[in-house]
Amino acid sequence: MPKITIPLGPQHPALKEPENFMLVLEGERIDKASINLGYNHRGIEKACEERTYIQDIYLLERVCGICSHSHTSCFVGCVEEIAKVEIPERAQALRILMGELERAHSHLLWLGVAAHEIGFDTLFMYTWRDREHVLDCLELISGNRIHYAMNIIGGVRKDINAKQKNEILKRMDILEERTNYYVKLITQEPTILARTQNVGLLPTQEALKRNAVGPTLRASNVKSDVRKDDPYLMYDKLDFKVITADSCDVFGRVFVRVFELIESYKIIRQIINYLPTGAIAVKVPWKIPEGAAVGRYEAPRGEDIHYVKANDSIKPERVKVRAPTLANFASVRYMLEGGYLADVPIVIAAIDPCMSCTDRSLVLDGEKTSSYSWNDLRLMGIEFYKKKGIDFSKVKI
Amino acid sequence: MKIPLRALPEVIKNLFSKPATIKYPAVKAEVFDAFRGRIVFTQSECIGCDMCVRVCPAKAIKIIPSEQTHAEKKIFDCLMDLNHCIFCGACADACPKNALESSQDFELAQLDKTKLKLHYK
Amino acid sequence: MTLDSVLSPLFFILVFPGFFFLSVYGTFLEWVDRKCYALMQNRIGPPIYQPVADFIKLLAKETIIPKHCDTALFKTLPFFAMASVITAMLLVPVWPQALFPFQGDLVVIIYLLTIPTMTFFLAGWSSSSPFATIGAVRVLTQLFAYEVPLMLALLGPAILAGSWNITEISKFMFQNPLLLIVQIPGFLIAVITLQGKLERLPFDIPHGETEIVGGAFTEYSGGLLAFFNLAIDMEMVVGAALINAVFLGGSMGADGILAIVVFLGKTTFIVLLLSVLKAIMARIRIEQMINFCWKILAPLSLIQIAMNIALKIRIG
Repeated sequence: MPKITIPLGPQHPALKEPENFMLVLEGERIDKASINLGYNHRGIEKACEERTYIQDIYLLERVCGICSHSHTSCFVGCVEEIAKVEIPERAQALRILMGELERAHSHLLWLGVAAHEIGFDTLFMYTWRDREHVLDCLELISGNRIHYAMNIIGGVRKDINAKQKNEILKRMDILEERTNYYVKLITQEPTILARTQNVGLLPTQEALKRNAVGPTLRASNVKSDVRKDDPYLMYDKLDFKVITADSCDVFGRVFVRVFELIESYKIIRQIINYLPTGAIAVKVPWKIPEGAAVGRYEAPRGEDIHYVKANDSIKPERVKVRAPTLANFASVRYMLEGGYLADVPIVIAAIDPCMSCTDRSLVLDGEKTSSYSWNDLRLMGIEFYKKKGIDFSKVKI
Repeated sequence: MKIPLRALPEVIKNLFSKPATIKYPAVKAEVFDAFRGRIVFTQSECIGCDMCVRVCPAKAIKIIPSEQTHAEKKIFDCLMDLNHCIFCGACADACPKNALESSQDFELAQLDKTKLKLHYK
Repeated sequence: MTLDSVLSPLFFILVFPGFFFLSVYGTFLEWVDRKCYALMQNRIGPPIYQPVADFIKLLAKETIIPKHCDTALFKTLPFFAMASVITAMLLVPVWPQALFPFQGDLVVIIYLLTIPTMTFFLAGWSSSSPFATIGAVRVLTQLFAYEVPLMLALLGPAILAGSWNITEISKFMFQNPLLLIVQIPGFLIAVITLQGKLERLPFDIPHGETEIVGGAFTEYSGGLLAFFNLAIDMEMVVGAALINAVFLGGSMGADGILAIVVFLGKTTFIVLLLSVLKAIMARIRIEQMINFCWKILAPLSLIQIAMNIALKIRIG
């Protein structure tokens, strides 16, 4: 049988963001797969160096639409560490509250997307309908559905009152009932099981070798969660379980995420019921003293790492973001090869990819040893686009 | 355990329940009190300290001296570029006099770009 | 040859139950399907004119034809599909009797309903794009999966009635309504395989949009795509009408306008069944589909036939 190569992406209905997967097909089977990143590079890290710390919070929030709170919490945590600021307990609790609401929103969204990838649009519509309850909670607290802009250096911006607490608890009851229904649905509906079981296998050894993170790693039966391993904020005082699955396939990833939803509701209830009193923020000067810090944060998609270097000014010297999706891409290639073409969308979706999160890395070619400065890169860019007939040389930065 | 047609009861139940979606432009969507929409400006409060300009991550706001002359004190105009504004509300937080505030106005789409450049006087 | 002998077949082909009726009723059924699907998903759903609006919008769009394809074939295929569906409709009884009934029209209609599927295959194959080619191969693979159970399921009532004539079968089924209860497995198999024939969820493998974009129709656009969509809508009407005639006793002895009302009501009911099926399942893989059709549906329909033969011997 002749092999054909098909390009999945950068424009493809299964991908919500542009990214390219070249698949070599032998009939319906995938012989070889390769991943090409870089369609979404926005230069956010460089832009961070041009702005003040306060402006960076809102910029880094836009690294990802779904883990917006994760990225800012991680960045703000680093800055607070450099400035040696201890934030009030109430602010910590509110950050966790937002973080867990965000996890619930992200996992419900993912469940819908995964259902859509296997053609189960009814489940997609149901989960997105129920996700509205989480978005309502987020809007109730922060004033926006997606980009909450809740963090500032030294605490959070908005407090919650008794009425808001009741509203959130009411919605948690609805969500818990719905999530229990989804647990039953995904473990009993034959077509869902047929499409997820034994698909995209990633054995424990491979997952560790390829540095998978988050639900992808936990579905390969590795108990790894930053919230437990290296507790930040006040996660060490909360009671929750790390969910793992031993099936190492897409079904395991669905299973882990659905049960994490229930754990998230549990954490949200604990926070609301035992919210510490006190201030929600402390004042931090604009100028951050010299120093560097690395922050780890368990985003809905896995471990998020930020590195911040400060040089005693109002602007950071360097900000580096390692989004969880980048760590998981190495496993995707392994999972795709040997599988069916029909399973490609769900296997890619199973790591919950966020392409724009990922696309800020440069690929270093081992052969070339010369290095480029920022200006060299800019000139190269101008040359590149000149060949395509677009002149950027007059654009001022 | 596999149960064929597991989703059937739920689907039939939903067939006869009220749809969750709304006919948006005909039925208005509701927002909560805390919603951060278009920023509104109260000229009499502004002292021209430029704090909002300094915190704005999108460089969407400008405070300029007003053209109208007033005997008692200096007054300022606010230039708001909704093309750039990301509705984070940082300017409203930074304002020491509450001259800037988030409103609940979110239907801001325009066909003409120039209409998005607001000049609060 | 009188004027009337020319005009009345023309009327049948172009107006009722041919092109005009099929396109109007087909778009209406598409709306019923979409609205019902939306309500089951707790959405409001499209207004009644939506399928017509979609059709007009597609007609107004530019039709792009790939450079490397057989242009003549590419352009004529949608009309081939439509013509074969309309021809099939002339053999299905809308009134108590089909327009041109003859012994063996059941076989002919199944043959005519295979032609649209073949045009889907040719459409994909002639577009010479990877997604369309994979879609085309899947169309054929799927054809071999569902065709046999569908044929066997339709054979059951034919054996009971002792006739290959759809009109006679439907008359027989109406006269012996008790036999209908025995036919329930066969009816369900026919509905499920019709779902496969129409390439709808969970069998929309040939154009599962998240996998292979538009499948065989990836390169189709504008008016040509509009006519393909219309042909699929028409196929849905004919498929529902065929199942109605074979299993549910056709017009049930009614006559004139009443017969048409009964026909419309029952075909709408079958389409509702199809949209419920569409709402409750995920799309399965092609090899799962083949396994399901050959290992579950085909044996079940064989059992149905064996039962019917036993019944036939019993009642004489």
